[in-house]
Amino acid sequence: MNGTFIVNKVACNFSFNPTARLLTVLRDNGFTEVKQGCQEGLCGACLVIIDQQLVNSCQVLAASCLQKQITTVKGIGTLHHPHIIQEAFVEAGAVQCGFCTPGMVLATYNLLNQIPQPSEEQIKQFLDGNLCRCTGYVKIINAVKIAARRLNQGNHGKN
Amino acid sequence: MAKTDCFKSVGKNIPKIDSLGLSTGEEKFTDDFCFPRQIYCKLVYSSSPFAKIINLDLSGAEKLSGVVEILSYKNTPSLFHTTAGQGFPEPSPYDTKLFDQTVRFVGDRIALIAAENPVIAELAARKIKIEYQEFTPVFNPQQSTSSPPLHFQGEHAVIPVPYLPEKNIAAKVGFEIGAVDSVLKNSDLVINKIYQTHYASHCALEPHSAISYFDSRGRLVIISSTQVPFHARRIVSQILDLPVKFIRVIKPRIGGGFGGKQEILLEPLVALITLRTKRPARLVLSREEVFISTRTRHPMEIELSVGADKQGSLTAISMKALMNTGAYGSHALTVLSNTGSKTLPLFNKIKNIRFHAHSVYTNLPVGGAYRGYGATQGYFALGQQIDILARELKVDVLEIYKQQHIKSGETSPVFEVLGEGKEGTSQNITSCQLTECIDQGSQKIDWYGKRDKRIKNGHWVRGVGMAAGMQGSGIPRVDLASAYIKINDDGSFNLNIGATDLGTGSDTILAQIAAETLHTDPSQLIVLSSDTDTTPFDVGAYASSTTYISGNAVRKCAEKIKTKLITAGAELLQVQPQQVSLENQAVVCRKDKRRCSYEEIARYSLYSENQHQIQATTSNFSNQSPPPFIAQFAEVEINPFTGELKLLNFVSAVDCGQPINPLLVEGQVEGAVVNGISYALTEQYKFSSAGRMQNANFKYYHLFRTPDLCKVKTIIVNSYEQSGPFGAKSIGEIAINGPMPAIANAIFDAVGIRLYQSPFTPEKIYQAIHCCHKELTERRQ
Repeated sequence: MNGTFIVNKVACNFSFNPTARLLTVLRDNGFTEVKQGCQEGLCGACLVIIDQQLVNSCQVLAASCLQKQITTVKGIGTLHHPHIIQEAFVEAGAVQCGFCTPGMVLATYNLLNQIPQPSEEQIKQFLDGNLCRCTGYVKIINAVKIAARRLNQGNHGKN
Repeated sequence: MAKTDCFKSVGKNIPKIDSLGLSTGEEKFTDDFCFPRQIYCKLVYSSSPFAKIINLDLSGAEKLSGVVEILSYKNTPSLFHTTAGQGFPEPSPYDTKLFDQTVRFVGDRIALIAAENPVIAELAARKIKIEYQEFTPVFNPQQSTSSPPLHFQGEHAVIPVPYLPEKNIAAKVGFEIGAVDSVLKNSDLVINKIYQTHYASHCALEPHSAISYFDSRGRLVIISSTQVPFHARRIVSQILDLPVKFIRVIKPRIGGGFGGKQEILLEPLVALITLRTKRPARLVLSREEVFISTRTRHPMEIELSVGADKQGSLTAISMKALMNTGAYGSHALTVLSNTGSKTLPLFNKIKNIRFHAHSVYTNLPVGGAYRGYGATQGYFALGQQIDILARELKVDVLEIYKQQHIKSGETSPVFEVLGEGKEGTSQNITSCQLTECIDQGSQKIDWYGKRDKRIKNGHWVRGVGMAAGMQGSGIPRVDLASAYIKINDDGSFNLNIGATDLGTGSDTILAQIAAETLHTDPSQLIVLSSDTDTTPFDVGAYASSTTYISGNAVRKCAEKIKTKLITAGAELLQVQPQQVSLENQAVVCRKDKRRCSYEEIARYSLYSENQHQIQATTSNFSNQSPPPFIAQFAEVEINPFTGELKLLNFVSAVDCGQPINPLLVEGQVEGAVVNGISYALTEQYKFSSAGRMQNANFKYYHLFRTPDLCKVKTIIVNSYEQSGPFGAKSIGEIAINGPMPAIANAIFDAVGIRLYQSPFTPEKIYQAIHCCHKELTERRQ
C-alpha cells in the first residue's frame, strides 16, 4: 500500500506492506537513525516521537501512522545544527557505541518537554524503556541534567 | 607518577570524535547500509539439543517464489574451523563446520535461506522440514566426560594442546608450583569452597549483522559488526577457500561488542550467498537469535582451597576449574587459562600454587569471549575466599590485600607458566597502585564506618563488601597492532589504524596519543580505522589490548613523523635538526625562535624542494602485559524477610596508569560495573529440560535499567606505566570482575550468609537466610 507520513516536518510518500511496522518502513526509506535493537518494544533503540508521544516504532503498524507527525533524532537536531541535548550527550561522555543514543536523545527531549527540571529519580523513571549496555547510564543521566540546565537557562525548554 | 600537567592532549576529556555523528544519527552501523538488489538472509536453527539430521526437506522452501538460495550441510564447504576470532593458528579447537548434519544445541544452525525480501525468507524458513535422530544430550558439565562424545568426526586442535573430544574435553590446562597439598595440610587455616557461575549474554544493543557484495573490480567486500576485521578476513578466506586478497572487511560503527563480536559467525554465510548469486546479501540477527545462537559467558565451577598461617599470610592456593564451553570449543582454552593467569599472580607471596582446569562440551549454548574473559569467573571465587579467610582469621580483609598483593618491582611465577594457549611470559610489575586504590575506595564507601555494623533501616539491613583484582594489557608476544600517519597540505594528518573502536573511544584516544607526540591538536588527526584494505594490520579489540598495544603503535609511528618534521623544518629554517624542536604545530628554532608551521612544512615537502610525502608506518607488539589494578566496594541493603536486595553504592578505584581520556576511562569502568552488577543480580539463562533457553528476550532476561541503578562512583588513582603510551595501561575489562564477589561479600556482611552460586536472586538470598536460620535454631536446640 501507499501512504503519506510527515517525517521531521517533511511529507513523504512510502509504499509498504500493510503489515509492516513503522520501524521497517522508516529504515527501508533511509531513516536509518531509527535503530533496530530488539523488535519487541523492550530496548528503546527505535524510539520516535509521534504527535508528541514517545513510541517504540517496532511496535506500531506503519499503516496506523498515515499523515502523522513523526520525529526522529534528526528531526530535533543535525550534525550541523545539533540540539542542546545532543551536545550535552557529547560533552558528558554519554555516547559510547551510540546505538542507543538516538532513542536516548528522543526520550530526553520528550522528558524535558514535559518536566523541564527533572530530579534524578524522575530521569531514571523516564528512561526506564531505554537500554544501554556500554555506559552503565551514569553519563547519560549526567547528560540529561546538563541539557535540562542549559535549556532552562536559554529558552525555557522550547528549543 | 602522573605527568598530566605536562601533557597537552593526553589526560584531557576530549569528546569522542564520533559522538556528535552518533547522537544525530549520521554515523552508520552495518545494518544501515543498503544495496540495490540485495538479498535478505534468514537462519534456521535446531530445535533439538543433540541429534543427527536424517532428513532435511527443503522442497517446500525451494518452491516458494522469491527464494534465491538455500544453504545447508548438503551444499556448503565442510571444513572444520573455529569461529573464535583469534590469531593464527587459533588456540581454540577446530570443531565447527559452517553447517553440520549433526546438531549439538538448541540454536545450532541447520540452514540459511536467502530470499528477495525478509517476509519470504521468514516464510521459507517455516517450510523447512527436519527429521532428527535424537541422541541423549548432556547438560551437566559434571557428567560430560562420562557421556557419549559430542564431536566424533575428526575435530582437532591446530596447536599442540590437550584436546580430547572422545572424552568431551575441549581444553585442559594446569601447573603446580611448590608443594600445595603438603603445605595446605600443615597450614593453620584452610578454606575450601566450591563456586558456580552462570551463563550470560553480552547484550550489545546492536544485534550481530553482516553484509557482503562484489565491488566494481569483482572483489568481495564484507561490512560487519565485528571486533576483529583482520581475523574475519582470514577465517572467511579459510572456510570458503578464497585468497585473502580477494576479500575486504570493513567495520563501520559497531553497536557494542564486549567479546560477543570477536566471533566469525555471519561473515562466511553472507559471503557464500554473494559468491553464489553475485548479489549483495545481508544477515541481521533478531534479539532472540543473538541469545540462543551466538556466544555467551562460559559458566564455570571453581573449587578453591586457600591456606593461611595464624598471622594471616597465605601459604598455598589450589584452584580447580571446570568450564562449560557448550556445544563448541570457542575460546575454550584461553578463557580457562585466564581464570588462573589473571587471578593467581595477584597474591604473589604465595609460594605454593596449583591450577588444574578443563573445559568440557555440553549440549548447551556456546561460550565465547566476554569482557573479563575467565577472570570474572575466577575472581568470583577468589574474592569471596579472601573475605571468608579474613573473617576466620579475624583480620581486616583490606590488610590482607594490602600486605599480600603483588607490588611494583615484583613478579609472579604464574606469568611465566601460564599464557594463552602456550607458556606465558615472565614479567616484572612496573606500576601498581592497588594499595592506594584500596585506601581511596574504602574511604569513599566509608568502609570502617559501615563494615560489620549491620546498620538497620526498618526491616532492611546494610552491609559492605569488597574485592580487588588485576587484568592485563593485551596478550604478550601475541597481539600486534600497527599505524600509518601522513601529513596533508594544511598540516593536518591522516591516522590510519587497524584497531577496532567498538564504542570504546579508541579512535579518539589514539588520535590523542598521536597529537601528544606530534605537538598538535587531536582535531588535526583524521582517523580512519578497521578496514582491511586501507588500514594496516591489528588483531582487533580484545584482551584489553587497544590502548596499550595499538596506542604504542601510534606513538611509535608519530615519533617517526616527528623526526621527519624536524628534518624538513630544519631544512626550511636553514638550521641543523638538533637546533629545532616541535612546539604547537610548528618546528621552532630554539635559538632565535624562528618557526615554520606544519602547514608550511607540508607545502614545502610536497611542492618545493626535495619533494616527498612525510609519512610513516609502524607496528608494535609487546613482551609484557602490564596489569591494571582495581579495588571495588559494594554497599547493599537486604530485607531478610523477603530476600530482596537493594544495591546502594558501588565504588571502583582503579589504577590504569595515566588515563589518556579520563571521561572515557570512567565510561569504561561504569559500563563494566553496571554490566557486572546486572550479571550478579538479575541476568541469567533459564533452560527448559530440553536445553532450550526460555527467556530469550529483554523482558525475561533482565538487564539493568535506569531505575535499577545505584550510586556508581569511579576513582582513577594516580599512576604511570613506563612502558605504556604516555604512561597508560588498559581499562576495558577489569571493572566487570569485582561486582560479583564484592556484592557477595556485602551480602555476608549484612545478613551472614554466603552465596556460592550466582546470580544472587531474592529467592536464593531468602533460602540461604532461611536455611542458615534453621540450622542455627536446630543447633541451639
